[in-house]
Amino acid sequence: MELILAITSGALYAAGFYLMLRRRLAQLIVGLGLLSNGTNLLIFTAGSLTRAKAPIIPEGQTAMAGPFADPVPQALVLTAIVIGFGVLAFALVLAHRVHAMTGSDDIDAMSKVRG
Amino acid sequence: MNLLILPIAIPLFTAVVLLLAPVKAGLQRWIGLAGSLAMTASAVLVFVETQRHGILVLQAGGWPAPFGITLVADLLAAMLLVATGVVGIAITASAFTGLDPLRESSGYHGLIQVLLMGVSGAFLTGDLFNLYVWFEVMLVSSFVLMAMHRTREQIAAAFKYVTLNLIASSLFLTALGLLYGGAGTLNMADLATVFQQREMGPYELILAMMLFTAFGIKAALFPLFFWLPASYHTPPAAVSAVFAGLLTKVGVYALIRVFTLLFPHAPPEFHALVLAQAACTMVVGLIGALTQRDFRKVLSFNLVGHLGYTTIGLGLMTRTALAASMFYMFHHIFVITNLYLIGGIFLRLRRTTSFPALGSILRDYPYAAALSMIPVFSLAGVPPLSGFVGKLALVRATFGAGAWWSGGIILAVGILTMVSMARLWDESFWKPSAEPDKSPMSRVMLIPIAGLAAVTLFISIAAEPIFELTLSASEQLLNPQIYVNAVLQGGRP
Repeated sequence: MELILAITSGALYAAGFYLMLRRRLAQLIVGLGLLSNGTNLLIFTAGSLTRAKAPIIPEGQTAMAGPFADPVPQALVLTAIVIGFGVLAFALVLAHRVHAMTGSDDIDAMSKVRG
Repeated sequence: MNLLILPIAIPLFTAVVLLLAPVKAGLQRWIGLAGSLAMTASAVLVFVETQRHGILVLQAGGWPAPFGITLVADLLAAMLLVATGVVGIAITASAFTGLDPLRESSGYHGLIQVLLMGVSGAFLTGDLFNLYVWFEVMLVSSFVLMAMHRTREQIAAAFKYVTLNLIASSLFLTALGLLYGGAGTLNMADLATVFQQREMGPYELILAMMLFTAFGIKAALFPLFFWLPASYHTPPAAVSAVFAGLLTKVGVYALIRVFTLLFPHAPPEFHALVLAQAACTMVVGLIGALTQRDFRKVLSFNLVGHLGYTTIGLGLMTRTALAASMFYMFHHIFVITNLYLIGGIFLRLRRTTSFPALGSILRDYPYAAALSMIPVFSLAGVPPLSGFVGKLALVRATFGAGAWWSGGIILAVGILTMVSMARLWDESFWKPSAEPDKSPMSRVMLIPIAGLAAVTLFISIAAEPIFELTLSASEQLLNPQIYVNAVLQGGRP
């Protein structure tokens, strides 16, 4: 399972970087999205995968028994997803503004004409 | 109640009040100013307490150290917090005159407070993932501040800024994931104890280099600085001044914190790399500054070049070198913020900051020119101003550590800075301009500039006590055990 997730996350990084090297804004933003998802998957994988129980102490007991999943990577990924979502939304609005202003989504079009 | 939460809570509270308050320019300005003043007061309190009792620790929510989020203030963090507060006051004061109504009515003051909160949080946190979150708080508010305007140049600059910073954040987050996978904790003190028991193997080295690259992008170090001169000259002074003064310094702070705490036993090649990078940053930044013919672009390249000075200490890792670098960082925050504010005044007077359109400022506005002399000459390193003291301390520290070539480059770059500043002074203040203009300048505009110039004069006069402070700060940094004990063994040692 780790291997599959590692390959997936690596593929997401590669695709993300490839798209970010393109000239179109839309592709750049999709690339950023893929990159942040690749990172989330990496945190999840690096935090050790397990099929164990959820880390909740049963009622009437004071400690966990048996193997349980580490909640920290999940919390990290959740935070990173929220932040990534917000930033991606902002980047989309910015790209929309660029498109409204220059009429193209070519990155070089922004710098060619002086404002 | 613990003091440490205040420098974060006060800007947050001010931002909320600003959001709820009616959008009247006057009211928003005064609330913003009151918030910055209160934040500075709390930062000064933290500083005094840190000086008196050593490292301060707050375990948020009462969770003990490796489990909860820890806020830590050592001397370096406390000094930078005070600087953040002072820059905050100057920026909110400069917004009284230097801002277009459109930007002001669309939430400028609230965003500045959020930015200040992010910066304070980054200085105070003792947890690496929390550091990432503060970086994002800071970045998102800076994105909005930068893109809040309509001209094509500003939007293009904002796009470069956003993309590069997001790549740096992804890299940082990737490193955090791998760090948690390998060490099982993200609390910096806990990580320090984990890494103490290990050799610097390939895993640690890869992590160190990933963090180095991520923070290097944020701190705008060679060769990762190109986004800064491409974007910092476009927003108005009330925005770019705070970016220039604080944001890159947060990157440098993160570098110093992580590499003194987590990787104090990095191989010598790493230190050579840091030194070489600092040298390249200085040389390339200043040569870039000499090619520019625009007041604000010259400042942007000077900012990049002078960031090199602030990482030399990290390369040498001696007590005096770290102290000298921190002294330089402290002085540079005020000087560069002030210079960007001065650039903003020119922009309002002459509608542009390119050298051909400037000139005669000394003749037309003698008071403004006299005030500008202090930061310009301080950056140039003219004795007895603070820039000279910082450079002298750095040269002595590099020669003392036997890094002759590094000291030589500092001296050479000092001459380049002098040339660059002399040219800036000549082109904008001395040179007779084509047509004399007498557009009135309100004295209110000069208040933040005068305040920051006074701070620079203060640092120049009180150079010795401040240098003593940075020396004790560097002793704390070089003995990570003090920090680790303070965090892991519950509060004050």
